[in-house]
Amino acid sequence: MPETTIISSRLAGFWRKLLDGLVRYTLTILLALGLFGVILLISGRNPLHSYRDMLVHTMGSAYGFSEVLVAMTPMLLTALAVALPSRLILINVGVEGQLYMGACFATWAALTFPHLPAYVLLPLMAFVGMLGGALWAFIPGYLKARGIVNETITTLLLNSVAPKIVSFFIFGFWHSPMDTDKTANFVPAARLPTFFGTRIDLSLFIGLALLVVFWWFVKYTRWGLEMRAIGGNPQAARRNGIPVSTYLVVGMCVGGAIAGLAGMAQVSGYYGLLLANFSRGIGYMGFLISWLSFGDPLGILLMSFVVAVIFTGGNLLQLTQGLPFAAINLLLALTLFVVLARPQFSGFIRRKTA
Amino acid sequence: MANTSCEEPSRTPVISMRGITKTFPGVVANDHIHFDVYPSEIHALLGENGAGKSTLMKILYGFYRADAGQILLNGKPVSIRSPQDARRVNIGMVFQEFTLIPALSVAENIALFLPDLPAVLNHREIHRRILDLSEQYDLRVDPQAVVAELSIGERQKVEILKLLLSGARILILDEPTRVLAPHEVEALFRVLDNLRRDNYAIILITHKVKEVLACADRITVLRGGRVAGSLLRSEATEGRLVTLMFGQELTSPKADRRKVPDKGASPLLELRGVETRPAGTEMRLKGVDLQVYPGEIVGVAGVSGNGQKELSDVVLGMIPCVRGEKILFGEDMTHASVGVVRRRGVGFVPEDPLSMAVVPFMTVLENLALTRTWHYARAGGLKMDWRAVHRDAQDAMSRFGFSFSLYVPARTLSGGNLQRMIIVRELAYGSRLIIASYLTRGLDVRSTFAARQALLQARDEGAGVLLISEDLEELFALSDRLVVLYDGRIVGTFRPEETDIYTIGHLMTGSEVPHA
Repeated sequence: MPETTIISSRLAGFWRKLLDGLVRYTLTILLALGLFGVILLISGRNPLHSYRDMLVHTMGSAYGFSEVLVAMTPMLLTALAVALPSRLILINVGVEGQLYMGACFATWAALTFPHLPAYVLLPLMAFVGMLGGALWAFIPGYLKARGIVNETITTLLLNSVAPKIVSFFIFGFWHSPMDTDKTANFVPAARLPTFFGTRIDLSLFIGLALLVVFWWFVKYTRWGLEMRAIGGNPQAARRNGIPVSTYLVVGMCVGGAIAGLAGMAQVSGYYGLLLANFSRGIGYMGFLISWLSFGDPLGILLMSFVVAVIFTGGNLLQLTQGLPFAAINLLLALTLFVVLARPQFSGFIRRKTA
Repeated sequence: MANTSCEEPSRTPVISMRGITKTFPGVVANDHIHFDVYPSEIHALLGENGAGKSTLMKILYGFYRADAGQILLNGKPVSIRSPQDARRVNIGMVFQEFTLIPALSVAENIALFLPDLPAVLNHREIHRRILDLSEQYDLRVDPQAVVAELSIGERQKVEILKLLLSGARILILDEPTRVLAPHEVEALFRVLDNLRRDNYAIILITHKVKEVLACADRITVLRGGRVAGSLLRSEATEGRLVTLMFGQELTSPKADRRKVPDKGASPLLELRGVETRPAGTEMRLKGVDLQVYPGEIVGVAGVSGNGQKELSDVVLGMIPCVRGEKILFGEDMTHASVGVVRRRGVGFVPEDPLSMAVVPFMTVLENLALTRTWHYARAGGLKMDWRAVHRDAQDAMSRFGFSFSLYVPARTLSGGNLQRMIIVRELAYGSRLIIASYLTRGLDVRSTFAARQALLQARDEGAGVLLISEDLEELFALSDRLVVLYDGRIVGTFRPEETDIYTIGHLMTGSEVPHA
């Protein structure tokens, strides 16, 4: 049967792709670590010791590994918030702002309805958090769809507005009696449940589930097909009767909603309160991860994990090796460089296997 | 085989390709091809899409390496490994997609191609050389004009000038008439004629039998990667060439039965005083009135750039009408979106399928589903019924006599197959109104027949057709009614049997109709 051969050849294609991806990411990371090792050597540290410390502290213990997963959680969501609009050739640099708005809206719900039971309050917080992110993303999405302003610029500029709004609410209304820059701790009902006695909370599983849903949605649904059409040739998509402007606005809003959910998860899960400037650049990190993995869900998972290892491991290097935090940014930047050199890589692999 | 008559021991061919073989995965593109080019001759390389013409010429120009065979230059073997090598032995090629840089001037584009380009440009000298040559061969262009502002025909002249100035003596032209209006084709042939007289050797890749007969001295017909025959002009007839190309004689479908549409029926499409607002280089439609009735083909004649694109876009809803009304299927759709218009049953075959209608990286099957995602969506859109898409595509392909692969990315299809795919998508699925822009551009003879047949069939089943074309022969063969579009206006409406090519041609170019 020709159909079975098609299926089996597709399956083989899938495995080859997976293997190709694994080899590629492994080589990427090794190369980045090698380059960073040179920098460590120059600054008088032993790279092997540093890397051993990093590995032992992140992968070597259950606690360390759980901290990696905790660091990875928001990145999954923020990377997805970039990846989804990117399928429509929308460049959403504004995840950072959408994250803040989501956190802000969710905090409002947590502070306004502290007496609600958790099974009502948490969904409510998630909903208004997503609403906040979506509204913030609607502005650039709408302007883009009307053909007025490019979304890259508007999303980026709105990033510096959103934290100010959050600060306004914290400093003006919400701060706790003891502090000026954060709210009081949320009531237990407003906290995401945690698991295994670690800081891993429900949002990790939500993030993983959303990655699967995203993959399935793009590949199998009618809307996924239409999104790919817009991404592949917007002009043809429009001529073929696909409502491109609607997709641009909705795609941007859904991206914003996912970012808003990440914000809600940060305040409800990680912190348990709202802190001014809480993000530590998670939004930008999501942007980086999404583009490094070309918006591919499996790639997002792998890259988020790698970045999380570098992040948590880097924090430890500050303690054990006395490295400045800037060195971690250096390592991330090197990873970016190497990933962008991917084309040479794949040629190398192909020649090796041929 | 007819190639015995070609042997001329008295003359050495300037290029002789001997036993050229080239295989690509799954296909033998060239199978032991012999191909000789003599000086001061136009040698036409004729064949349908996929016959191996382009491959053979790309081997000669150094893009591909032949798997076997030899190239002789003036009787001596040469090795051509790259386009640079080809240019060194004075071979030049004009591609279907031009290689000019739009932002630069004509002179700058030509200078970039010169083999002896000095570090500091002598603009005056370059201008002089361009003007000399363009004077000599009737290739007049302004050296200072920016290429982006030139018409397609003028760009082609620049491409030819570029080759001549770089010293090429053997010119390969890949389907040069594909993009030209009828009068431009004649001008091109005059240029080629002059070049031939000055001892240039010209290779013309084409699938148009009429053009071959109009200008070639020698004709080699390829079929399925082999030489089907090689003959002199004097031995060639239209029937013979078509037989060589296809292995059988074909007859052209004609609208045998001209319909006088029932004016009592309400029109499928009615435009009343439609105007558009131009953006950029677009042409403004200046009050177009047009009706298309069921079971009628309305041919729109006109030189491209006179509002054809805007006409089809305004019907589709791609651009707004700023004044006037558009009534589709009895409903006012002046401000309806493309999605609504499409869903009511409007099919559209655009002039440039790859950029206007196809998502290149998606498979052919996915592209086929794109205009009707709502039809194939199951479970409220959560999944797509790809079996149904496949089944419909197979049915349509067997009905039209097309065959192309469904599971490859659309960008890997040849131009002809891409057009076939679009025809299947836009004609086969019960469209009530079909806008067909340059329906048969890029199609070989056989597919042209199939495409026209499909259009006639759709008409006979009651669809209305708006056929936009520059090919007057096609318009006269298919149309039930002809309108002429000039400068954004409809300047004449005719029944084809009551007019002739000259009247239409004059209206198309805006010149006065001479009174006979």
